[in-house]
This record gives sequence, structure tokens and C-alpha cells, in this order.
Amino acid sequence: MRLEQNYIDLFSQNRSLIDGGSAGVMNALRQRALDCLVRNGLPHKGLEEYLHTDVVEWFKPDWGMNLARLDMPVDFAQAFKCSVPNLSTQLYFLANDTFASSQTASKNLLPQGVIAGSLKEAATEHPELVSQFYGKLADMEKPGIAAINTLFAQDGFLLYVPDGVIIEKPLQLVTLLSSKVDLMVNRRILVVLGRESQAKLLFCDHALAANQYLTTQIVEVFADQNSNLELYDLEETHYANRRISELYVNQEAVSSVEVDYVTLHNGQTRNSVFSTFAGRGSRLSLNGIATIDKEQHVDNMTFVDHRAQDCISNELFKYVLNDSASGVFAGKVLVRHGAQHTESQQTNRNICLTRQARMYTQPQLEIYADDVKCSHGATVGQLDDKAMFYMRQRGIPEAEARMMLMQAFVGEVIGRVSLEPLRDRLNRLVEKRFRGELTQCEGCRACR
Amino acid sequence: MDTTSQDNSLIREISAEKYRYGFTTDVHTDIIDRGLTEDTVRLISERKGEPEWMLEFRLKAYRHWLTMEMPHWAHLDIPEIDYQNISYYADPTVKKEGPKSLDEIDPQVMKTFDKLGIPLEERLALSGGVAVDAVMDSVSVKTTFKQTLAEKGIIFCSMGEAVKNHPDLIRQYLGSVVNYRDNFFAALNSAVFSDGSFVYIPKGVRCPMELSTYFRINAAGTGQFERTLIVADDDSYVSYLEGCTAPMRDENQLHAAIVEIVVMDRAEVKYSTVQNWYPGDENGKGGVYNFVTKRGLVKGVDAKLSWTQVETGSAITWKYPSCVLQGDGSQGEFYSVALTNNWQQADTGTKMIHLGRNTKSTVISKGISAGHSQNSYRGLIKVGEHADGARNYSQCDSLLLGSECGAHTFPYMDVKNETAIVEHEATTSKISEDQLFYCNQRGIPMEQAIGLIVNGYAKEVLNKLPMEFAVEAQRLLSVSLENTVG
Repeated sequence: MRLEQNYIDLFSQNRSLIDGGSAGVMNALRQRALDCLVRNGLPHKGLEEYLHTDVVEWFKPDWGMNLARLDMPVDFAQAFKCSVPNLSTQLYFLANDTFASSQTASKNLLPQGVIAGSLKEAATEHPELVSQFYGKLADMEKPGIAAINTLFAQDGFLLYVPDGVIIEKPLQLVTLLSSKVDLMVNRRILVVLGRESQAKLLFCDHALAANQYLTTQIVEVFADQNSNLELYDLEETHYANRRISELYVNQEAVSSVEVDYVTLHNGQTRNSVFSTFAGRGSRLSLNGIATIDKEQHVDNMTFVDHRAQDCISNELFKYVLNDSASGVFAGKVLVRHGAQHTESQQTNRNICLTRQARMYTQPQLEIYADDVKCSHGATVGQLDDKAMFYMRQRGIPEAEARMMLMQAFVGEVIGRVSLEPLRDRLNRLVEKRFRGELTQCEGCRACR
Repeated sequence: MDTTSQDNSLIREISAEKYRYGFTTDVHTDIIDRGLTEDTVRLISERKGEPEWMLEFRLKAYRHWLTMEMPHWAHLDIPEIDYQNISYYADPTVKKEGPKSLDEIDPQVMKTFDKLGIPLEERLALSGGVAVDAVMDSVSVKTTFKQTLAEKGIIFCSMGEAVKNHPDLIRQYLGSVVNYRDNFFAALNSAVFSDGSFVYIPKGVRCPMELSTYFRINAAGTGQFERTLIVADDDSYVSYLEGCTAPMRDENQLHAAIVEIVVMDRAEVKYSTVQNWYPGDENGKGGVYNFVTKRGLVKGVDAKLSWTQVETGSAITWKYPSCVLQGDGSQGEFYSVALTNNWQQADTGTKMIHLGRNTKSTVISKGISAGHSQNSYRGLIKVGEHADGARNYSQCDSLLLGSECGAHTFPYMDVKNETAIVEHEATTSKISEDQLFYCNQRGIPMEQAIGLIVNGYAKEVLNKLPMEFAVEAQRLLSVSLENTVG
């Protein structure tokens, strides 16, 4: 029997339960999601996009799912103190895939017209708004998790910023994975930025109890003309955690989007980014860091689609792999016919510290326009011997010198983070990570 | 005739002249019926008078081929190929009547090679020239300088002869680098292959002249499935050249070859190709489908294999000359210029598999796309667990001439050793306006200026070619680019 059949059966048996715990707009897409899942199945190793990450194995265990939306009490105040010093954020919490409204800061602090909160509630209160965007970017026909996520997702987070509104204060969405049983979590996030609006959004993933988790997450981002979005995704969970995330971005003219993925601690992670330039003169900065060890695995896949002229995309991904960790980077830049004056740069640099560490990298360019400047580069290597020698010559102990070099190596990516307090914190976290002091996730007391 | 039509006829003349090897030779050719069955394989083997073990080899491959499907992963749009509508064996050396003599070659065939600039008369070749194995359709017509080479112990002959005269070497090495199970076209070739060249350089011998094979498709409705095997024993050196052309025809012809190279301790093999199969006309009609598997096993310590290719021909190219760097300290090199124009498609690159310690590889690829063509670089750098100190440097540049063409880069890097250093760089851009302006300003017309700049861009690779080829390749690049302006 095909693996997805278990999920199809589960859905068929619990359809009313799932629909009951969600909103009409989300329920409306479930039938199509089911058809897609039946037709295309789950992603597997036979697909080029999943060559080095066997996600089929991830779907095999008999995961529990909170379809009945049972209340899973998490005391956020007790459990969590993930503060970024000098950065005051507007905090929102997700317990697994349920929006924890009671913990959320007052709405009044946000400018008028902004909606930030539970996707389910927003879909119930503003169905005409949410239905304009929900599921419009996530392509369920593509190999991936859009179908299975749409099938089971019941809640998540929505940020809607109307035209001309600027939110100065960063919004922080903290997800705490906490369960008494092994749990599969299907989370959905929708970010809509109106014309000339601005927002900063920080996602933090943490796991409280050491159960096994499988998270599927779909984020859809609509950036209208002249809008500006900064999106940070910080993963700090533990070894028993598996996460597949898909980010879809649609950029209209002269918009600017920055996405930073930081994987400090995880089990196995797959992040996919599908970004489209729909309007002229837009800019995308896409960065990632992975500092992983033991059996950890990080797979970042990016696809940047230059459909419009005069757009600039910049990608920088850096991995430091220790022990038996394995890393994958597959980045593709597609410049369509007519997308003249495109500038695109893609860089992936990796350091393998041990014999068992594995790195697979595939930077790809597909170009159908002639007046473009595109380049990509990838390297796999070690710390620079000469730099090492220079530092030791000046009396810096070997271990310290290594640390400094590694810090400098990922420092290039951290330097691209626009949010200054976050940059400082990331520098500190990465340093702690390299020193081996950050063996558990930093923010949560439960892990200590 | 008014001026416009005069101009038009001039343009037509130039474009018709563009592929100057497009003629056909009217020679009696023995072609077997179209179609591929087990009987076809037996018939080919019988025609070539092969021993039983060779037939077994072919049949095994054929049976495996039946279980395979044509690969579709390449960035190519390949029309459906009817494998039953191709004749798999064509022999232009068979006389219509009278007893068959091997020494007698049809004067028409001789003329053909003369016309292609390949002298088959040894006395006509320059001193210290090039030994040539000339292959037309499925059969080797003549191999020159065999005697001179034999004095040094070098074997240079057609594959057919080698199977008869050197069965031990063939049995030992044939299929040892490219197994018949390797891929769809390798299986097909292993089943129906015809003449290619066999080269054996004994221990410590430096081959005194360049060895060359010239492939020519002549007969219509056929494909060419040649097979080349080069074995360079310890401390030997050989430089091998390969050239190919085909007549201009509206039908597409299939060329699926295998080249296997084995390089022993401290030996060096240099393999250069100027691929100039008929690329089809300006509307994309006709042309050769070039699906080739080329691979070298760099087996010995400090051995070296260098691939250099200039790809200007073929309607579709699917080709990845590779090096398996097994010996400690072995080196692999790949230098490529791939030019596509009109509706040509190319998906080409290399694989460097680092297995031994301190192995090194260099990849320099220059892609040039014009017209409506699609040009892709696809490469794999793989570093095995025990390949300590492996070092790779890859550089892939693409040049776009025109807004309708495409240039793509698909490199793969799999690294399983922490001491390895693997670097890849790629750039894509259009021809520099500043450089064009500079040339124009000095009175160099647009078309020549483009030729000049492209030649400069490809220089890094062209410099690696043996002299005779470098001149030819440079000319080819300019000719292939004609009419790309505007």
C-alpha cells in the first residue's frame, strides 16, 4: 500500500472533525488537496528535488495529530524566555499548530487595519479577504507537501498589513512544540503586505518535550508594490524533530523581501523557497546558515523565478558541518524570456569538519534572456590554513583560532541580517553553538 | 535581378556554405534492413566475422536495452526516436561485384576523405604527421601509419580488427569502463556497435605522432554507433584526436557512441574532439542526434587524462566526458567550448569522480548560445570517502548572443571527505558592448568583431588543442556564428 494512503484514510475518516476545527476558507481547498495527494503522492527520494533527503521515512511513523483541537496547555511565560536583548517585539504564540490567543499581546498596539493573529479566526471573520490569498501560491501539483498540509492544516498565523501601513516593531511568532505523544503538526502562515507597507517578522521554532515531532509548514507571502518585508526563520529545536517547510513569495513591482533561515539546532530539516518576481524593479535577499552536528540534516532548496525585468536576487547560504551531519543546498535561478536586466547572484559555501560530514550542493542557472548578469558559486572545503597559521603565530590557541575563523565564516551571512539586535544575538548564539555551550535550545527552560 | 534579391541570394549562398561538409558520396553501400531485433544483432556480428564471446556480449547488452527507457532528465527537447526505423549497419567498402580485397578502397571513398581534408595516403601526410583511422558509416576504411606505429609496439587499428587480432586485450578492457548497463545509449551501443578505433600504447612508450579517428556518416537512414577503446600502459603518452562530419539531410540521424579510456601508472592520455556533425538548417530541420558516453578510468598512480572538446555541430548533443580518478595522485581535466546556434540544443559537461588520494580535477567550460538554441552545462564532482586531499576547480561561463536563446548551468557537488576542496564558479552574461564598440570603432565589422571576441573568450580551451585542430576549431567557431548579428 502506498504510504499516503494512511493519510488519505485518516482524512476520510475524520473529515468532519477536521472541518469542524477549522474555517470555511481553509475547508474549501481540502477536496482539491485530496485529489492532488491521491494523484501525486508524497515526495520521495526518486524525485530530483528530494534526492538527498528521504522525507518518505519521516511520514512513516504513526504520528498523532491534534485534529480535535484539544487544548494542550503550555505555560508560555514559564516555558519561554526567548528574548532578543534590546529588541522589543510584538509576541505571538503557536502551541504546535494552534494559535494561543490568550498569550497574545493586545491588538491595540498595532496600527489600524493590521490583522495579526489566528489564521482560523481571521478566515472566519474576514473570509473574503483570506480567500483572496489562502492557497493561491502554494502549488499542490508540485512535488512537495502543499497537498498534505492543505489537507490537514486547521490553523496558523495571518499577518495582513493594509496599503501604506508601516509596522515599526518586529512581530515575533514563537512556535512551541509540546506534546505527550509523538506528534505531527501542520501549520499554515499567510503574510499579506499591501502597497507601500512594511513589516518585520521573526519566526522562532522551539521544542519543549523530547518527543518526536514532524512539522509541515507552508508560508505564503504576498508583497504588493513598493512593500518591504523582512522575514527571519530561526530554528532551535532538538534532534528528534523533523521539519518540512515551504515558503512561497510573490513580489510585485519595486518590492523588497529579505528572508533569512538560521538552523542552529534541529533534527532533520527541509526548507524550500519558491520566489517569484511578478513586477519590475524588485529585490530579494535570501540567506541561510546551518551549524549542525551529530546526525543532523539540513536541506535548503531555493527556486527564484525572474519573470519581470530589472529585478535583483541575492542568495548566500553557508553551512558548517560537524560529526556525521549532512547538508544539502539546491538553488535554482530561472530567468525567463524577456526578464532583461536581471541581476542574480547565488553563493553557497560549506565547511566540513569531519570525515563523516557530507555536503551535497547544486547551484543551478537557467537563463532565457540575454541582457543579464548572473553568477553562482559553490565551494566545499576547510578552514583556511594560512589564516590559521597567521593567528597561531600571534599566540592564539588553535581551538580559539578555529572558533574565530568559523565565526567569521558564518559572520558574512549574519552581517546581511538587517535587524541589528537580532544580528547581535545571532552572533552570540552562533559563538555559543561553536563552543559547544548551546547543546539545547537556548530560549526554553524546559530543555535545560 | 534587383539589389534586394541579389542580396538575398548572396545571403542564401553564405548560409548554404556554412556547413561545408554537407555533401554526400555516391558509393555503393551495403545497408542492412531497418529495425532492431536479436537477429539484427546476430547479423551485425556475423557481418563483422566476430567470435562467439563478442556476440554474447552484444546479446547481453541488447536484452538489457530492451528493459530500459530513454532518459528524460536532460534539459533537452528530444523528439520521439523510432529505433525500429534506423538501419544499424552500413558498409561502404563492399564492392558491387568481383572479389573483395581489403587493400582496395573505392576511389569515391578516398575522394571523400580527401575532400574532408583527411589524407589517407601516407605519402601525402606531412612528416611527423597524424596517423588516421578513417571510419565511414559502420566500417573503418583505412588506418594509416600502422606499420610505423607497430615498430614501437603501438596498436592502432579499427575495433573490428582488434576483436580478431587482439582478443585478449579486448576481452580484458571492453566494457570495463562503460558497462553495458550504464545507461540507455550505452546499452544500445554495446548491442550494435560498429567500427571505432582501438589504441594500445605499451609500457614506457611515448606515441611519436598524434593518433586520429575521423568519423563520417554518409548513408541515409542509418545511425553511427562506433566504439573506441584506448589503453595507455604504465609511463606511456598518447594524444588522440577525433573529428566528425555528416551530410546535410532533412532527416535526423542518430549517433550513439562509446569511448572508453584506461590510463595506467604515470601514463597520460590527451583526448581532443572537434565535433562538427551536421547541426540542421536554420529552421531546425534535420541534423544529427549526438548521444555519446565517454569515460576514462584513470587507474594508475599519478596518471592523467585530459578531455578537450569543441562542440559546434549536432542538432542535439547529450555528452559528458568523465574521469574516474582511481589512482592516487591522478588528474582529470575537462576543457570544453560548446557553441549552439539556430535551433541546436546541447546538454554537455563532465563528471569527475575522485576516489584516490590527492586526486585533482579541473573543469573549464565555455558555453556560447545564439539564435533559438539552448545550451546547458551539467557536471558532477564527486569526492569519495577515501579521497583525501582531493581538489577540484570548476569554472563554467556562458555567453548569450541574442534574446531568444538560453544558457543554463546545472553543477552537482557531492563531497564525502573533509579534506577535499571543491570550488565551482559560473557566470552568464551577454557579449560586452564595450568590446564590440571598441572593435567597431577600429573598423572591424560587427560579425567579425563577434567572431574575434568569441574566439578570445574560448581561447583558454582552444589553447589546449593540438595545433592542427586549434586552427580548424577557431575557423569553425567563426563560421558557426555567421548571421547571428541582428
